[in-house]
Amino acid sequence: MTRLGRLLEKPWIWSFAGALLVWLAAIAFTRGYGAGGMVTAALSLAVFTVIVGIGQMFVITLGPGNVDLSLPASIGLASAVAMKVMGGNDAMVVVGLLAALGSGFLVGSFNYFLIRALRIPPIIATLSASFIIQSVDISYGRGLQIKPPPGFADFTNLQVLGIPVLAILTVLFALGAAVLLQRTIYGRQVLAIGQNIRAAGLAGVPVGRVRYLTYALCGTLGGLTGALLAGYFRGANVDIGNEYLLTSIAVVVIGGTSVAGGKANVPGIWGAALFLVLLLTMLNTFGVSAGVRLLLTGLIIVGVITAAGGPKSAR
Amino acid sequence: MTDTPSPTASVASASVPAARGIAVRRWLRALLPALSLVLVVTAIGVLNPRAISYFGFSLMLGLAIPIALATIAQLFVITVNDLDLSIGTFVGFVGCVTATLLRDNPLVGIAVLVAAIGVYAGLGALIHLRNLPSIVVTLGMSFVWQGLAILMLPTPGGKAPDWLLTLMGLKPPFVPFPIIAAIVIAVVVHFGLMRTSYGTILRGAGGNAAAIERAGWSLLRTKVTMFTLAGVFGVLSGMALIGTTTSGDANIGNGYTLLSIAGVILGGGEFVGGRVSPIGAVLGALTLTLAATQLLGFMHIPPDWQVGANGIILIIVLAARALLSRRGDAV
Amino acid sequence: MPEIGNTIVKLDGVERHFGAVRALDGVTIAVKAGECVGLVGHNGAGKSTLMHVLAGTGTPDQGTITVGGEPQTAYSVSRAQTLGIRCVFQELSLCPNLTVAENTRIYHPSIRGIGWRRRASDLISAKLDEVFPGHGISASDIVQDLAIGKRQMVEVARAFTVTDAPLRLVILDEPTSSLDAHTSSQLLSFVRRTVASGISCVFISHLLGEILGNSDRIIVMRDGKVVTAGAASTFNRNRLVTEMGGIEAEPAAVAAAAMADRESRKLRVRARPVRQSDGRELIAREGEIVGLAGLAAHGQTDLLLAVFRAATQRAANIEVSGPVALVAGDRQTDGIFAQWSISENIGIRSLARLRKGLLISPAREDEMAARWRDKIGIRTPDMHNNILSLSGGNQQKALFARALGSDAGIVLMDDPMRGVDVGTKLEVYELIRDEARGGRTFLWYTTETDELKNCDHVYVFHNGRIVADLRRDELTEEKVIQSSFAESA
Repeated sequence: MTRLGRLLEKPWIWSFAGALLVWLAAIAFTRGYGAGGMVTAALSLAVFTVIVGIGQMFVITLGPGNVDLSLPASIGLASAVAMKVMGGNDAMVVVGLLAALGSGFLVGSFNYFLIRALRIPPIIATLSASFIIQSVDISYGRGLQIKPPPGFADFTNLQVLGIPVLAILTVLFALGAAVLLQRTIYGRQVLAIGQNIRAAGLAGVPVGRVRYLTYALCGTLGGLTGALLAGYFRGANVDIGNEYLLTSIAVVVIGGTSVAGGKANVPGIWGAALFLVLLLTMLNTFGVSAGVRLLLTGLIIVGVITAAGGPKSAR
Repeated sequence: MTDTPSPTASVASASVPAARGIAVRRWLRALLPALSLVLVVTAIGVLNPRAISYFGFSLMLGLAIPIALATIAQLFVITVNDLDLSIGTFVGFVGCVTATLLRDNPLVGIAVLVAAIGVYAGLGALIHLRNLPSIVVTLGMSFVWQGLAILMLPTPGGKAPDWLLTLMGLKPPFVPFPIIAAIVIAVVVHFGLMRTSYGTILRGAGGNAAAIERAGWSLLRTKVTMFTLAGVFGVLSGMALIGTTTSGDANIGNGYTLLSIAGVILGGGEFVGGRVSPIGAVLGALTLTLAATQLLGFMHIPPDWQVGANGIILIIVLAARALLSRRGDAV
Repeated sequence: MPEIGNTIVKLDGVERHFGAVRALDGVTIAVKAGECVGLVGHNGAGKSTLMHVLAGTGTPDQGTITVGGEPQTAYSVSRAQTLGIRCVFQELSLCPNLTVAENTRIYHPSIRGIGWRRRASDLISAKLDEVFPGHGISASDIVQDLAIGKRQMVEVARAFTVTDAPLRLVILDEPTSSLDAHTSSQLLSFVRRTVASGISCVFISHLLGEILGNSDRIIVMRDGKVVTAGAASTFNRNRLVTEMGGIEAEPAAVAAAAMADRESRKLRVRARPVRQSDGRELIAREGEIVGLAGLAAHGQTDLLLAVFRAATQRAANIEVSGPVALVAGDRQTDGIFAQWSISENIGIRSLARLRKGLLISPAREDEMAARWRDKIGIRTPDMHNNILSLSGGNQQKALFARALGSDAGIVLMDDPMRGVDVGTKLEVYELIRDEARGGRTFLWYTTETDELKNCDHVYVFHNGRIVADLRRDELTEEKVIQSSFAESA
């Protein structure tokens, strides 16, 4: 009983419970038809959300005002870079992946350059950067029709016993991120900066370096997502990352990370990503119109955050 | 004065030079929104002298009124340390209501708009009472408004009520209507928020909420007031937008969320701490409107790069602002 | 004017709990009109909680509040205000984004309508002139531009402004914590004048001299209870300390002999303030405790921060050899990580040494926390508890543990004893002297002249410059004060 009680206190449990509920509602509607397929599809799509969500989580944990709005543009650019470098050739997959990671890393570095050198608030810096990147992407990726190398495309769709391989790798990746956050110097320093940036500097935390690494990490993960998305959907696209602007923020918060900074939660991101993906699946199975789907998605996000409650104010 | 030997005087003078330096920089910062507007107008004038005319300004600033109103809506929310990520889709929703219900069935239309403002007030209360992050709540609401807008107007269409078209098409003598409207908006909001005694409480709630509460004021009331005002200005923005474009579209306001945030910041506001400037925000909105749509066209920037050029303009202005702000904030 | 001697506020059997902690455990006190009640006790004794109850910001779980003979059933902040009870809290309660005048308006619901700004300005300016003559604060100054001492001056003056509601009782919780000796004495003499005019004061301070010299009556609290109360004349410093349950009074006379071998020791810090025009510079050697004195906010903190930065980046005019750690004075903004446990707060400065392989080892972290709990005496059942579960003094000890537990050979202290109780202070002084004997160098900015007695060498600051350089054997309070006011060439 106490163990259950302790489990219920974990902020991320609610996102998983929500995901389960939505899934049950969907299969109740289909009378159990397609229950497994729904999970497989949800896992495949959640992978992308989880990867960008983790990047966004590190950034948001840096404290109030820190958020990366350039992720969609960065994802779009990386998808084009990956496809161009791979050139449909299986031998170039690794190089293409590295190029995509590099493009994301550069975007992250550029973001931090704006934040630090020009002292622009992160929201506006990443927003301005995203405008510029979008333009780069439009002119660079114009008319790009390159398909991903067949081996890469197959890999992103590979399944073992109905479980996407990419999902398994992403679970491992999330575990790694959790260890990075809680048990390494870098992670502790991110948490310290998020709670009190001034105190962190005075306690000897190299604030500039840690913030730079965090924006670069987030950009790099955006780059990775771009390449994977291009493989999964068989082609790059300027708009391929658009939905991740809002979802990356939504999963971080629904997953129990504090938007005030200094407190992060990795497992919750998986729960929240599954929840959001399954929610869309459920609404699709119900056959509702686009307007109703948006309306319900919105109401459910507001409902979830209200029910989970905000953090109790200090004192 | 610094060299008076009496102990009291030397205490007083200790930090005076520093304070004066801060005051000068604050002045320069306050002037920056105006300077950037002048710069953009000058650039337009150099590139296309004919644009600097009554007709030119009426045309170029057509969209400035809705953007300025949305920026003010965002400013109210930012004052109390929140952020409204739904203002863009809200403006779109209001636009759809204006182009359909308000024309065909004015009473129902008004009722819907009043109810929408009520929803904003309720959000303020919810955010305060449950201590919720406004970013997420308004993120969710952005889906809600967009869903409602699509349900109301699945394909672009509808038409603005005639009185609204007449109002937005006004051609007063000498000064173009958008400029007059911008001045009125800036002055009214500046007076209300910066000069009235209750406006002080509202800004104080952004600066140090605990202090306001300890002095016996209701934080719930300040939050609800600010969100209600945001709703009111959001409605005005949506109506002004439809009055300018004449017909509705569910996606018409989507860009306004980011534009409004950028406008507030460009105008000298800060995300936390209740530091905002309504006049600056309106100037910021005008600058963004001109820079984003007009200047780039005159400069023959290829369409691919227009979005990017917007980003660059934002960066230049903000960098200039940063240079004037206090150094050494972070250790 | 109320008759002197009438009881204006009475608390009867007041209890207040925070979880299992009884912050107030049946407190009964009364304040009469026209008296100044001094309230003392260690951190965590319940003084601040008691004040929150009086001010209406904290509701008691048990007990009654009677104001002016009327029992109060729905007591709240606004009720307290109408009844004329004001409170100056320890944490500053000004809005930094507003002007001094606007902050005054917040305090007075009746200042509104046309001309409110003018009235608020006049009100606060007049009061500032009355309390702190020569204060140099304008009503149109924005609070965030003011130094912390001036903010406290505004806050205190604001509490004494009167509009439509009467003023009967002002509670001052550590009102001099950020003030220098001069402004403190201005405030204290104002308090005495005010009390003489029939207004009551409750005065909380860790500086026992201030309490003894300015109160009519003294109440001593310990563990949420009133242990004793009586006329101020019946107390002296030793009796207060004993009643508070502290260590024996008077800091032990500092033992260490003046350093004869100063020149031969290794140089650790050499620093010249930016505004220094003559050749004076601050020198600190291995094993030395160097004091930075003078009026509050005259460049001492700036110099400490410059030294702190110089440890990692090259800087003109400053040489630092070896790693540096800083003990913040403003705990909430410069020191504490509020979401972390005590042990995480201690470990953050020493993460590299807590690693095992690539990862931070929880065992090593616990071990470090336990060592420092014993060494510095942090009073908590569990070092994994949140840092905010500690009283202010114990939070400060955790910050000391963070710095002293690190590899830093140079420790900077930015007036770290603000609002810390006597017992904690004495323990920490001892520890600092110990660490200095072990070879550490301390740069210690303090606003309390008493603390300078712990230093080997004292530099007095004025207007961002070093104006005097005193050896231990030359150090007297008069000299420090004299040079604090003197303009140097």
